[in-house]
Amino acid sequence: MTERKLRVATTSLAGCFGCHMSLLDIDERLFDLVQLVEFDRSPLTDIKHCGPCDIGLVEGGVCNAENVHVLREFRRNCRILVAVGACAITGGVPALRNNIDLWDCFQECYQYEPGTAGHVIPDDPELPLPFDKVRPIYEVVHVDYYLPGCPPPADAFWQLITDLAAGRVPKLEPAMIRYD
Amino acid sequence: MTHPLETAAHPETLRRVVIDPVSRVEGHGKVTLLLDADNRIQQARLHIVEFRGFEKFIQGRPYWEVPVLVQRLCGICPVSHHLAASKAMDMIVGATELTPTADKMRRLLHFGQILQSHALHFFHLSSPDLLFGFDADVARRNVVAVAAARPELVRQGVLLRKYGQEVIRVTSGKRVHGSCAIPGGVNKHLTPAERDYLLADIDRTVAWSRDAVALIKQLYAERKDFHNGFGYFKSAYVSLVRADGALDFYHGGLRARKADGELLFDHADYATYWDRIFEVTKPWSYMKFPYLRDLGPEDGWYRVGPLARINNCAFVPTPLAEAERIAFREFDHGSATHANLAYHWTRMIEMLHAAEGIHALLRDPDLLAGELVVKGTRAERGVGVIEAPRGTLIHHYRVNEDDQIVRANLIVSTTHNNEAMNEAVRQVALRYLDGTEVTEPLLNHIEVAIRAYDPCLSCATHALGQMPLEVAVVDAEGRTVDALRRDSDGAVRRPSEIAA
Repeated sequence: MTERKLRVATTSLAGCFGCHMSLLDIDERLFDLVQLVEFDRSPLTDIKHCGPCDIGLVEGGVCNAENVHVLREFRRNCRILVAVGACAITGGVPALRNNIDLWDCFQECYQYEPGTAGHVIPDDPELPLPFDKVRPIYEVVHVDYYLPGCPPPADAFWQLITDLAAGRVPKLEPAMIRYD
Repeated sequence: MTHPLETAAHPETLRRVVIDPVSRVEGHGKVTLLLDADNRIQQARLHIVEFRGFEKFIQGRPYWEVPVLVQRLCGICPVSHHLAASKAMDMIVGATELTPTADKMRRLLHFGQILQSHALHFFHLSSPDLLFGFDADVARRNVVAVAAARPELVRQGVLLRKYGQEVIRVTSGKRVHGSCAIPGGVNKHLTPAERDYLLADIDRTVAWSRDAVALIKQLYAERKDFHNGFGYFKSAYVSLVRADGALDFYHGGLRARKADGELLFDHADYATYWDRIFEVTKPWSYMKFPYLRDLGPEDGWYRVGPLARINNCAFVPTPLAEAERIAFREFDHGSATHANLAYHWTRMIEMLHAAEGIHALLRDPDLLAGELVVKGTRAERGVGVIEAPRGTLIHHYRVNEDDQIVRANLIVSTTHNNEAMNEAVRQVALRYLDGTEVTEPLLNHIEVAIRAYDPCLSCATHALGQMPLEVAVVDAEGRTVDALRRDSDGAVRRPSEIAA
């Protein structure tokens, strides 16, 4: 019996790629995984835009206009959208800048002292508009599942994907639900 | 600091082609090309498009929290940030020399990191380009397709990465974002059971790493002229080296070698890196452009990472990797010395060194017993530098008497390679895309050039600022005998000169 493989897209918004690393930490099960799923847009493929998919895994929060664009593209195309890891769920470490004025952050990075000449603050139209706050993805799109952890353990990814592939509602053992 | 093709005179008249996102790299980058009516390249840029502001929001956090917090800069090389921050915090707590146990535990952790990161880059990210060709169909350019074509090769790659990750898990508790180093030392020993667990697979890890070097050497040699010439340019190199000139990922002095092979400086104390390395910003990228002060902003850009380290070191202190270093240096009369794609080759030599290093360390009794932490006289400034998988990583903090961070400065590995990656993009665009119809496979050539550097663009989004610094030389009586100040425009002056 050859069933259609699930099509999975993954992306990292304002995240560190640690969740993607944890997905790869399923190690040899990667070979079993590709029997169940095929990858659409992902940092592991050269597909630049998400097409129709069964599952979208989103790592990272929303820190700029491009993140919104990518996130909405994922929501439009993915039947099931999963917020993966602390940053997608709460904003995470990047959201520590939320109680600081964005301009102060820029000046710290690029000018240090207000009014000091010599260092430009990057402002090219090619750079996406940064937001004043880093937001969890549920503030922008509807989210079907949340996979917590920094990062979620590899076993949690495995459980989630194999449950969905089998048509089950994903059920995680307590040990897989992490809030580190 | 401008280069031909960096900025077009009249961009409004040109057609824009974009690669967005650059894929099979970590983080967020895009490439823009501006072409005229004849498809001639007029401008080519690699942009880093995200901004985080780590250096600002870290202010006020307690210093002991930093090694765990800053590793969230990057999920591929969290250990590098963990260790660089910890080395800086060693200086804060006055730990001038760690115990043998702490030093070796950290080195073991770091070898695990180099091994898993290099394996990931070669097998999971770059192998499709190297095995199938740069213009292979998009659908094949991923590790799943490589697994279908070369299952045993990918199995070894997956297990090499797994081994490195397991070294990290055993030493730090978690594969991603664990905790091993603390200010002044480490928080655990290895148990005999953990050591035996890691010993079980180390021999095959060394053997497969050796096979990986043989594979890249063979692939490189098969199309020697193409690989040598791909986006070719010469540059200076920067890395840490051990006191005897050996390759050392964890500690050493800064060595800079000019493009002609001559040393610019050697064994420079990294605690005053700001005497050597300046940065400029450009409006079109969040990533800064560092340069060597002695060579100036026009010519002072340089490369870091595997190619820089192998070119810079006098020898690799493990036998198999040293033999491979010599083979690389002697290959075709040294013709691969400056090649972009030689990064892949030297990266595999380093992976072999990491495997050999783990092999030797695991037999060291200091891992199982001994003092974990030392403390000394509290300081307010700490600088930690290590060789991360992608190159020299600089962490620099100032801490107040309430133990809070008051200022932070980081120069991450990928930032050092900013100009080099842009130069590679320009060279490849000129050679392969100039005057022709732009196609997807041709655009992948540009990504291949970027990928050679294994850029960690997520680290780079945190591009931290250079800060005005004052350094005072104080004599034994506490009198200031000399002082230097670096302003935020990058100039270093004596305060007396400013007054004058």
